[in-house]
Amino acid sequence: MLQDYLPLFVILVVGFAVALIAVLLGMLFGPRRPTPRKAAPYESGIVPYGPGRRRMSIRFYLVAVLFILFDVEVVFVIFWAAAARQLGWLGFLAMLVFLIVLEVAHVYAWKKGALEWD
Amino acid sequence: MDAGLFWEWVIKSLIIVLMLTAGFAYATLYERRVIARIQVRIGPNRAGPFGLLQPVADGIKLIFKEELTPAGADKVLFFLAPIITVLPSLVITAVVPWGDTVVIGGRVIRLYLTDINVGILYILAVASISVYGIVLAGWASNNKYALLGGLRSTAQMISYELALGLSFVGPILLAGSLSLMDIINAQKHLWFVVLQPAAFLLYFLASLAEVNRAPFDMPEAEQELTAGYHAEYSGMKFALFFMAEYIKMIAVAMIGASLFLGGFMGPFVDRFPWLGPVYLFLKVAVWLFVMIWLRATLPRIRYDRLMQLGWKVMFPLGLLNAVVTAFVVVLVGG
Repeated sequence: MLQDYLPLFVILVVGFAVALIAVLLGMLFGPRRPTPRKAAPYESGIVPYGPGRRRMSIRFYLVAVLFILFDVEVVFVIFWAAAARQLGWLGFLAMLVFLIVLEVAHVYAWKKGALEWD
Repeated sequence: MDAGLFWEWVIKSLIIVLMLTAGFAYATLYERRVIARIQVRIGPNRAGPFGLLQPVADGIKLIFKEELTPAGADKVLFFLAPIITVLPSLVITAVVPWGDTVVIGGRVIRLYLTDINVGILYILAVASISVYGIVLAGWASNNKYALLGGLRSTAQMISYELALGLSFVGPILLAGSLSLMDIINAQKHLWFVVLQPAAFLLYFLASLAEVNRAPFDMPEAEQELTAGYHAEYSGMKFALFFMAEYIKMIAVAMIGASLFLGGFMGPFVDRFPWLGPVYLFLKVAVWLFVMIWLRATLPRIRYDRLMQLGWKVMFPLGLLNAVVTAFVVVLVGG
């Protein structure tokens, strides 16, 4: 049973090795002649101004928080789906109540304007 | 556990990773040729017969390119970000079966790396990780375009991951299992795309957004963001981002084919198990063709519309589809 998971570690190591080799190949064979102009951040040809890492819109955090909230629910739904047939009507009704609560939360966030981009 | 089993895993892992890498190389050529035909051009046909050596030429060129690291970049993250991006795309197909079992030299070989009973959960988990590489690439570059592109890409990918997760619920309900092998076996007589057209559509659209393909290729909008999160990357590091995108396309097509189009199932696959990988390959090729066709046909959709489509249309639709499917499944099977 647990043995089924071991190949996943094997492919993780193989995949990491392939990716690392690809990057190292480029570092090994590529020329390396840095100049200050080349190292400047690309800003469509004009002289860069200000810091590259500036403040960003709070909306991105809002989306991230909403995502975590709803993604946990989705994972919950997925596990119920695998056993829905055995759980029968009782399981279906329980899940229906849960999904209605979830949808109410979704509509609330919607009406509050959390999903608007302007 | 014996040593033979361990080496079997290593060989299968190597085959999967190298097949995906080769698949990436030829997916780029496939895309360029198909788009060229749609735009009434010929496309790359000089390197080798039919341009078949073009990916090799591209790869050699990229290896010998100078790699720039911008001043003020976070050196460690800048180096790690391409690897973190490409790694999930290489390992995500580990749970997708290529076929049933075959006998080679008296040894029964299963034509899949492993069939864990939470295969779908593994796919969702690994798909989430690829977001990290992109946001780290945008952050580490110390470039305004890259940062904005990385953030946009992250917001887009996590928004569509909800719809993606909900589109899995339909096939899981019908098969009653999270294992991809069980889901494929449940489609022996009827593909799930017939029973779950809404989930199939949701999966198709959400997966396009997930792999940042047209018309959802917002993070790479060249006019506004000059290529987005990989603006500062060059040489092989850039190639890894490119590789991640195309391997994710292949992975998404493999997973979609397994969930909705019967995976490796096809005529006579019971008697000739070697036909399994062939059928899967054909389905992936058709799926990729549709993705390329969409890119050649549709304009990019605006960012606010993109987010609204994900949150206001696809997410509720996914919930509705899950409820209706569950109702029917319980009604028939309960």
